Amino acid sequence: MTEFLNDWGLILITFLPLVGALVMILVPKESEDTHKLLALVTALATAVVGVLLLLNFNYSSAGELQFLVDHQWIEVINSRFVMGLDGLSLPLLALTVGIMPLVFVYSWNHIPEPGNPKAFFILMLVLETGMIGSFVAQDLILFFVFFEVVLLPMYFMIGVWGGPERKYASIKFFLYTLFGSALMIVAFIGVSYLSKTQTFVIPELTAFGGAGITKATQVILFGGMFLGFGIKVPMFPFHTWLPDAHTQAPTQGSVILAAVLLKLGTYGFLRIAIPVLPLGARQWAPVIGVLAVIGIIYGALACLAQTDMKRLIAFSSVAHMGFTMLAISTLTDLGFNAAVFGMVAHGLITGMLFFLAGSIKERYHTLEIKRLGGLLVQAPKMGWILGLCTMASLGLPGLAGFWGEFPAILSAYAPAVGLSVPLFRTLMVVAALGTVLAAGYLLWLYQRTAFGTPTEEFASDPHIHDVETPEWIAWTPLLILIVVFGFVPGLIFNVTQPAVSLIAGAVGG
Amino acid sequence: MWFLTHAWIIPALMALSFLCVLFFGKRLPRKGSEIGIVFVAAAFVLSICTAVAWQQHVNDSPKLKGTASAEQKEEVEGSAFVDVPEKCSPVAAEAAAKAGGAEAAAGGEAPAGEEGAVGVPSGTGEVAAVAAPAAGGGEKEETITRPVVRCVSWFDTDGAVVTIGTMVDGQAVLMLVVVTLISLLVHVYSTDYVNGDRRYTHYFAFLSLFTASMLFFVLSQSTLQMIVGWELVGVCSFALIGHWWEEKPNSDAALKAFLTNRVGDMGLLVGMIVLFFAAGKSFSILDINILSNEGEIRHTVLLAASVCLIAAVMSKSGQFVLHTWLPDAMAGPTPVSALIHAATMVVAGIYLVARLYPVFFDGLAIAGSSVNLLAVVGAVTALFGALLAFVQKDIKKVLAYSTVSQLGFMVTSLGVGAWTAALFHLFTHAFFKACLFLGAGSMSHACHHSFNMVDDYGGLRKIMPKTFWTYLIATLALAGVFPLSGFWSKDEILAGTGSFPGTSGANGTYHVMLVMLLLAAFCTAAYMMRTIWYAFYGEYRGHGHPHESGPRITVPLIILAAFGTIAGVANLPAAFDFLPAGTLTRFEKFVEPVGLYFPSISHAEFNAPLAVVSVAVGLGGIAVAYLFFWKGAFSGLRGLSERNRLAGWGKNVLVNKYYFDWLYTTVIVGFVKGPLARATYWFNQHVLDAIVNGAGRSGVAAGRFVYENIDQPVVDGAVKGVGASAEGSGGILRHIQTGRIQQYAALFFAAAAILAGIFVLVIG
Repeated sequence: MTEFLNDWGLILITFLPLVGALVMILVPKESEDTHKLLALVTALATAVVGVLLLLNFNYSSAGELQFLVDHQWIEVINSRFVMGLDGLSLPLLALTVGIMPLVFVYSWNHIPEPGNPKAFFILMLVLETGMIGSFVAQDLILFFVFFEVVLLPMYFMIGVWGGPERKYASIKFFLYTLFGSALMIVAFIGVSYLSKTQTFVIPELTAFGGAGITKATQVILFGGMFLGFGIKVPMFPFHTWLPDAHTQAPTQGSVILAAVLLKLGTYGFLRIAIPVLPLGARQWAPVIGVLAVIGIIYGALACLAQTDMKRLIAFSSVAHMGFTMLAISTLTDLGFNAAVFGMVAHGLITGMLFFLAGSIKERYHTLEIKRLGGLLVQAPKMGWILGLCTMASLGLPGLAGFWGEFPAILSAYAPAVGLSVPLFRTLMVVAALGTVLAAGYLLWLYQRTAFGTPTEEFASDPHIHDVETPEWIAWTPLLILIVVFGFVPGLIFNVTQPAVSLIAGAVGG
Repeated sequence: MWFLTHAWIIPALMALSFLCVLFFGKRLPRKGSEIGIVFVAAAFVLSICTAVAWQQHVNDSPKLKGTASAEQKEEVEGSAFVDVPEKCSPVAAEAAAKAGGAEAAAGGEAPAGEEGAVGVPSGTGEVAAVAAPAAGGGEKEETITRPVVRCVSWFDTDGAVVTIGTMVDGQAVLMLVVVTLISLLVHVYSTDYVNGDRRYTHYFAFLSLFTASMLFFVLSQSTLQMIVGWELVGVCSFALIGHWWEEKPNSDAALKAFLTNRVGDMGLLVGMIVLFFAAGKSFSILDINILSNEGEIRHTVLLAASVCLIAAVMSKSGQFVLHTWLPDAMAGPTPVSALIHAATMVVAGIYLVARLYPVFFDGLAIAGSSVNLLAVVGAVTALFGALLAFVQKDIKKVLAYSTVSQLGFMVTSLGVGAWTAALFHLFTHAFFKACLFLGAGSMSHACHHSFNMVDDYGGLRKIMPKTFWTYLIATLALAGVFPLSGFWSKDEILAGTGSFPGTSGANGTYHVMLVMLLLAAFCTAAYMMRTIWYAFYGEYRGHGHPHESGPRITVPLIILAAFGTIAGVANLPAAFDFLPAGTLTRFEKFVEPVGLYFPSISHAEFNAPLAVVSVAVGLGGIAVAYLFFWKGAFSGLRGLSERNRLAGWGKNVLVNKYYFDWLYTTVIVGFVKGPLARATYWFNQHVLDAIVNGAGRSGVAAGRFVYENIDQPVVDGAVKGVGASAEGSGGILRHIQTGRIQQYAALFFAAAAILAGIFVLVIG
């Protein structure tokens, strides 16, 4: 078993969803239930492989790449088919394979207009392959391919199954991200070309640590990657695609976007940009830190101005990812740990919030905050779940969100040697102010939607019912994880620590 | 010993209770309240056992003669930590190892585990005794405190092991008993008071969760754990203030409480972060305390941490200028006000300062000084809070401002170095203030759920005798009338300022604080008599026929009043040496730590003239109020605010609560929520997004230009550049929506092929 996983585990988990999608192509469109079942079985099978990988992972050497796959690929450019799993990839891989089956379960009776589950599910499976591949790829070109594979299905999900403004939103999403990718690939090629062996393999490039590349060049190359990953995160001021994409995307799209896609950006910084170009990273760190903190405050203020629940949650992502980016910009162990925890926590919590927004929209046919109210009266269980997620999102200790936020603030007190301490301590205080604003917009949202009594419009609407079975199945694991990670943060910290300490060591922190 | 090392069971019990009530409560005959009561009673019994065990533990602890040499002192103090596991506090373990080494060198037995821990002190004590010169035979003995610390690793990060566990010493044990006792009484009281409530089960679930969180907080072994507990009690407070969330004022009050606390939490987070790094990346309370106490942390760092943490204390313990949420928090059910917003949660700030006292003691240079931030904050709160209580019509708001004011007494006490007095006052205040709140609840229960004592109460003395007598006793205790409990604790605080002529043994001379506290004490007595006048005397002004409450309400009142009467014996002054030695200064002996992790504070001695003054001030307040309300004296004062502009202005300031609410809600929050948020969003839509859209549009224009003028013969829209594909994909999308799956697939693979093509082009 272990041997099989060592050789095939990562290939299997990456391409299993794609195989499922291919099988579904052969099934006629009319048998909708078959498609639902096939998609769910595929996602579950992928999750089972994920669990096997988790069980066979050697946690005592979580800093090393395990289940390593290394084959020849595009020989002419020295690009190899390398995949591997370490403590940095593991939580994100687990998040991805864990959340996808839940999305499929939720979709059981929530296929957005205009229907066509076959196409919808196939796109989601392709998306899953892209996301998993991005997290396990250990070659720049391979990573890039998976990174781009993610784009198209999401583009179609927004463009076909989205809201009234879907066309604008989907094109904006697609082009904006593509624009970043274009600069990123140029930077990748530059890095490879300037490296000693002209390789694209990430561990090799990390081992070089930018040796032989001058500081000035590193700064430029890092800039390219910064745009590519920064747009994906998204960092202020490149975030404007996000609220539109989130608001227009179908619930499933929003959940995946928030839970996994945004993490590709932050993951890219940790996996590629920082270890490969340490000198560039040190030069860019203050810029990233400042933009991150602007994002925290800016996102929070923008949230306060929102009238639409989904758009508010979307802007809150800008603020939350700001904490993650602040943590990354400190270039320390503590910061990187906080960042990975923040990614997972944000994935779970904001994913849950988008699920809830979707279910509320389905019942009320609107997400306009001032028309909602009294959710606790009409759908008490859903109201309680929303309350829990709100609390988690504002960083309440005892729930997962806290461990992404507090350590991020903590790490800014003592950034890596050579970074400006006064600057980062200022950023720390401003970021702490962000936690107050976060509590503000989230609690006001909760007060206006859940507290009080239902508005006249919906007071006797028979459509409004409490949580349904598919929703329970999809949500319960997320809710349990939010609480469990809140009390046992070591589940993530202890896995990521060995991996991120190598990166922090390489960048001199 | 077992009880001390297994204290984690107590909060765990309450957490279990929360889950049981939440999941099974609704199906039970009493809707979950029985689960809560059984669990909290068990927690109370365990707490008492822990307290007894602690007493035993202290009695067994090593004694240090006042004449012991510096080496002996270091040795005994270090050996107090032999039982502290290394991962819980590396610094303490190091001190213990050092002491152990010295011990071994001196020929004593090397400590080995718990057995050794018991063996060491007696041996060391003998050494000290032998070494003591004969002349010092009558010297005072100090008992070195041996905190019982247990922990498990929470997570590892950056080479530091972050732990979670329990740290049991006198201070923690005191709080265990207070919290579980008041919680138990409040549980019982609530079964009657909120009987038939729309969310009865949830109410009890949150009572359990609150108790669990509070116990988790007081037992904290690390500062990180304190943060977690601190926020969890906050969220329980939020949920219980907003218990009747259908009405907007209640949810507003809940939000206000949470947000105001969040402002203070900024200080908590930053302060704890500063201490974490100052203590060499350790969250361990013991580490932080020992290092601060030994002068291993720079004074400026400690000062910065203290100031940050004071912000947290301001919000949680309702100190000026972040006190505004506490009176509004009275929107919650009354038993909750008694438990959370009077007796336990709001003293979390006091507990925090007391827990990390070396940080404050050094950081604020408390000893030998006459003013510092903590003392000022406390004294201002004590006086200005008391003044606000005069203009309230709502009896609960009077009590709320009284709580604010009394918390100010405790903070001042900590600020002037009277650590023991602060905790003593915390202890006595918990009883009589809980009694007052529950008494107010009993009256409102009788008077149609009204708390408006001016318009709806009156003459309840005869109708509700049990409520009246318990309320009166608690009032006198609060006013500091001899010999009720409040007298002893307040007098100790006043003496602790070291300002009164003839006081010896105080840490500094805080003249201003003494004056302000005496004024506050005068006001306290007067405004409490005002509530008694309105509630119990005169004619009944409300509707219906009020009646005395049932036993589930009155029995807790009686128990609390009894404690409020006698709790003062817990720390009788040392000057009362005509009493048996075992009855004096119990707090100093059992609650106050002595050793490396606590500064050596001195204790102000009992000062008879000051005690007389303090009682006279209290009686003076009572007398003035009596003459004014009962006898109609000072008739010139009545309606003064209408006749005199200055008095009118003064009353206006008080009625508007010094305009803090206006400043916060209207000015600050209004600005952030309104213009600032809107401006930010406008910038987002009309600047940032406009740039993006502009780029997109010019891309389309450029693409069209290229397409029409240059590239027309070579028709291939797919690789036309940004603009063209943008325009094209709109068309494709329109097509897709009507299309079939084959088309999607074809399109997808076509797109993938194009991407692959781009790679080949770029790479090749």
